[in-house]
Amino acid sequence: MSAAEIDRTLQRVAHEIVEKSGGTKHLALIGIRRRGVPLAQRIAQAMRGIDGVDVPVGILDITLYRDDLSKVAPQAVLQSSDITFGVDGMDLVLVDDVLYTGRTIRAAMNGLFDLGRPKRVSLCVLIDRGHREMPIEAQFIGRTVQTSDTEIVEVRLREIDNEERVMLVDRKE
Amino acid sequence: MTHRFRDLLALEPLSADELTFLLDQSKPFQEIQRHPLKKLATLRGKTIALAFFENSTRTRISFGTAASRLGADTMNLQAEASSLKKGETLLDTAFNLNAMKPDCFVMRHSASGAPHYVARHLDIPVVNAGDGTHEHPSQGLLDALTIRDRKGKISDLNVTILGDIQHSRVARSNIHLLGKFGCRFTLCGPSMWVPRELEKIAPGTSIRCVYRVEEALEGADVIIMLRVQTERLHEPSLSVGDYILGYQLNAERLRIAKPDAIVLHPGPMNRGIEITPDVADGPQSCVLEQVTNGVAVRMAILYLLVTGAAEDGSHPAIERPVLHNRRATDKTSQSKDS
Repeated sequence: MSAAEIDRTLQRVAHEIVEKSGGTKHLALIGIRRRGVPLAQRIAQAMRGIDGVDVPVGILDITLYRDDLSKVAPQAVLQSSDITFGVDGMDLVLVDDVLYTGRTIRAAMNGLFDLGRPKRVSLCVLIDRGHREMPIEAQFIGRTVQTSDTEIVEVRLREIDNEERVMLVDRKE
Repeated sequence: MTHRFRDLLALEPLSADELTFLLDQSKPFQEIQRHPLKKLATLRGKTIALAFFENSTRTRISFGTAASRLGADTMNLQAEASSLKKGETLLDTAFNLNAMKPDCFVMRHSASGAPHYVARHLDIPVVNAGDGTHEHPSQGLLDALTIRDRKGKISDLNVTILGDIQHSRVARSNIHLLGKFGCRFTLCGPSMWVPRELEKIAPGTSIRCVYRVEEALEGADVIIMLRVQTERLHEPSLSVGDYILGYQLNAERLRIAKPDAIVLHPGPMNRGIEITPDVADGPQSCVLEQVTNGVAVRMAILYLLVTGAAEDGSHPAIERPVLHNRRATDKTSQSKDS
C-alpha cells in the first residue's frame, strides 16, 4: 500500500466507524502502541472532518498484559498507557496496524477491563493478515491480505518511521 | 534502550543511563496505582521470597504489595522467625527458601554486604531491601522518582541531608544515585553522625559536611530528613532536647531553604523530634508521595528482574559463578570464591 492508499483507507474506515456507532457521544479510540497510536490519531482527525465530531484518543501499552514476557529478548521496554477519560459505559474502538494471531488484542482487552467496564469494544485494523490463534475478529478492516507464515507485513508510518507504506516481506530471504 | 539487570544490590555501580531507565520503567507502574483494578497478571504464577532478616514493616509491605499487584505470590520470612533464633545460618536459610523455588529473593539484613553474599550462592535474582549501613536501593530510586516528579528533574539540585548520616543506608543510596546527575550534597547533623570522611564516599560528587542546620539549609532544593534513632541518642552526650534545638526541621528553618524546596523522609517519622508536624504535613512535604511511588518502583524492580533473567540464567554484565549444592558450612569450597 502506498501513502495515498493508506490515507484513503483510513478515511473510509473513519466513515464506517461513525456510521456504525449510532451516535458518537460515548465513542473513543484507543491506539495500541506503537503504530496503532498514530493510526488512531489520524482516524480521529478524519472524523473531525466528517461531522465536526471530536472523538477522544487514548493510548494503550500492552507490554504488561502480554503472554510471552519471559521469552521476549531483548526485554520489552515499558511505556505508560495514557487514557485520560473514564472507560465505563464507553463505546471503544481499539486501533492497531496489523491483526495476526490476535494475542495483542487479547492483551489489550485485559488492559482495558482493568480500567473499568466499557459498554462495547470493537477493533479497527489497517491490515488483517489472517492466522488467528484466538477467537478474535476486527469489525473495521482496512485491507485483508492472505499471508503465509514465513511472510511479514511491515507497516511504516511517517510519525514513527519517517516513511509511509505497507509491504509484504518474505522472511525466507 | 533497554537494560537488563540480574540483581539489584546497590545503586553505586549503576550508570546514569541505567538509573534513568529504572526511573522511567517505574512510570507505567505509577499509572497502575491509579486504576480501579490494580492487579496485573504479568508475574502470575511467580513467587517472590521476602526474606527480612532485619525488621521492617513498610518496606516489607511495599514489596509485598508490589509483588501481589504484579500477580505474583510471596513467601514471607520475618526477623522473629524461630529458625533464625535457633541459630540457622544466613546461607542455610537462603538455600532452604530457594529450595521452595521462588523466582526472586528480596532480602533485608543488618550486615552490609549480606545480599551480595547471598547473591553469589543463588541462581535467582536478588534484591537488596536494605543491608546494614550500606545501601537501600529501592528507597534511593523512589526518592529520586519523587524528586523528579516534583521538580521536573534530578540533575543539578542542591540536596541537604539532615540527621544520622553515618549510619544511614538511605543517605548513601541517595548520594550514589543523585550524585551521578550532578546534584550537590550538604550533609548536616551532630558531628559524631557526620564524620568528614563522608565527603569522599562518591568521587566526582560534590559533598560537604556542615554542622549548623541554618547553614545547611541555605539554597537547598531538596531536604532529605533521616529518622533519629532515639536508641542512638545515648551516644556521646546529645539529648533529645539538644537534638531538637540544634537540628530539628521546623517551619522557620524551612524558610531558609529555597521557597520551592521539597522535604523527603524515608519514614517512619518521629514527629516533634527531627521534624515538626506542620512541616511534615505541609505542602512542601512529599512523604506520602514517596510511599506511593515506593510501590511503583518496587513493581518495576520485580518486573525487570523476574522477566529479564534469560532462561539459561545468563546475563551480559554479570558473570556469576552459581554454586549449586554447596553446604553453607563447607569452608574449603567457600575459599574458591573471589
